[in-house]
Parts: sequence; C-alpha cells; structure tokens
Amino acid sequence: MSDTKKSFLIINRKAPYGSSAARDALDVALTISVFEQPLSLLFMDDAVLQLLPDHQATLIGQKNLSANLSMLEMYDIDQLYVCQQALSLRGIRPDDITLNITLLDSQGIASLIKQQDHVLSF
Amino acid sequence: MTDDNHEPSYLQVNGQTIPVDPEGYLRHLEDWNDAVAEQLAQEEGITLSEAHWEVLQVLRQFYQQFEMSPAMRPLIKAISAQLGSDKGKSIYLMSLFPGSPAKLASKIAGLPKPTNCL
Repeated sequence: MSDTKKSFLIINRKAPYGSSAARDALDVALTISVFEQPLSLLFMDDAVLQLLPDHQATLIGQKNLSANLSMLEMYDIDQLYVCQQALSLRGIRPDDITLNITLLDSQGIASLIKQQDHVLSF
Repeated sequence: MTDDNHEPSYLQVNGQTIPVDPEGYLRHLEDWNDAVAEQLAQEEGITLSEAHWEVLQVLRQFYQQFEMSPAMRPLIKAISAQLGSDKGKSIYLMSLFPGSPAKLASKIAGLPKPTNCL
C-alpha cells in the first residue's frame, strides 16, 4: 500500500431501514477500510437509531444493520462518533448503545469534520 | 446438471437438488449441511480436512453474529481469535482455500459471497 493516505469521515444521517442510505454508508465504510485509509464514522439525526441493538430486521426481510455495525471493529474501524444532541432529542441514553462510541457535541462535530480530507454524507 | 455452459445452478447432494447462484453460492443458507459442504468443496477441487472444518465453523459463527460474510482481514482476525495466531495468517488460509480464501471458504460454508473483498 502506498503512503498516500487520506482521512475519510462518513456521516450517517438516515434511519436504518426505509432507505438504502445506512446500507450504502456501511458498504462504503468497508470498502474504504480495504484500502487501509484512516476512517471515522459519525452518526447524526435519525441515524442514531442505527445504533440501537436488537433490530428485528428479518421481519421486513432485511439484514440486521446493528449486527453489521458491531462487525466494524473486525475491520479495524473503531473511530465511531455520535451526536449527543441527536441522542437526547430521541430519548436515547448512551448506555442504550452497545457499540464502543464517542459522544460529541456540536463543537466536537465541527472539529471532527475539519480534520478530514474527505467527508461523505449519507 | 449443468445449463448454459455455465456453472451448475443446482447442486445434487444425496438425491436432493439444491439451488445455487451462477457463482456457485447457496441460494438458501438453510440448505447447508456437512454433505452440502463436501459437495461444494468438491466442486472447487478441495477435500475437506479437519483443518478446513474448523475454519468453516469460525466463518459460520461470524455470520451468525454479524449477518455478513467477512472479507480477508476480519476473517484472519476471527481465525486468530478462535483458532490461534499461528492459523490466523493469510498464508495458512491460502493453503486450505487457494486463491481467494475469504470467498472460497464462504462459499463452502454456505454463506453469501463477501462484499468489498478484493
């Protein structure tokens, strides 16, 4: 692998099902990891719902996205961030999330975005 | 058993007809069993040994937990964790499942083809 590394941030904004946005973001994340680029994932807005465990996705003929997200660490994708405000607006406590994830306020989000070479929003 | 000069879209195992996709992956995960695995392996020119089975076992567990087939790196990580770091090496997996171990082992384990696997 060449030494030309670019940092990537994937911003998730959509609920887990109902559109392919969450699935697309995951696919892109896994692809970026294959190229061993520095990668962070940020969950904002309705995308915080992706982080809740125990999705019953088979009932709608889908793959369980929260199970897929727990796989990220096997791909060495461990820079996970979540918008604090999005959580509290939806009554989700940080303890409800089983993934190892960092809470960010809007200032933290701004500086996270600023550090990146590429930002992809889904 | 073959059609269109492509790979068979059905697998015959003990008189049962099991549908597979054009690349030879099982269409229905629940069709998998030891005999099906042996047949899938045979199609790839592999005779399953104890060493193969334990890798297939880890793969099946991975899929059960995460609902996706692993690409090479997470596969190696999972194998290291469960079977020891001497087996969690691509050269070891290549010796068992030549070519593209993640794809080949997933196929024989009856799982979907791993995505994002170069």
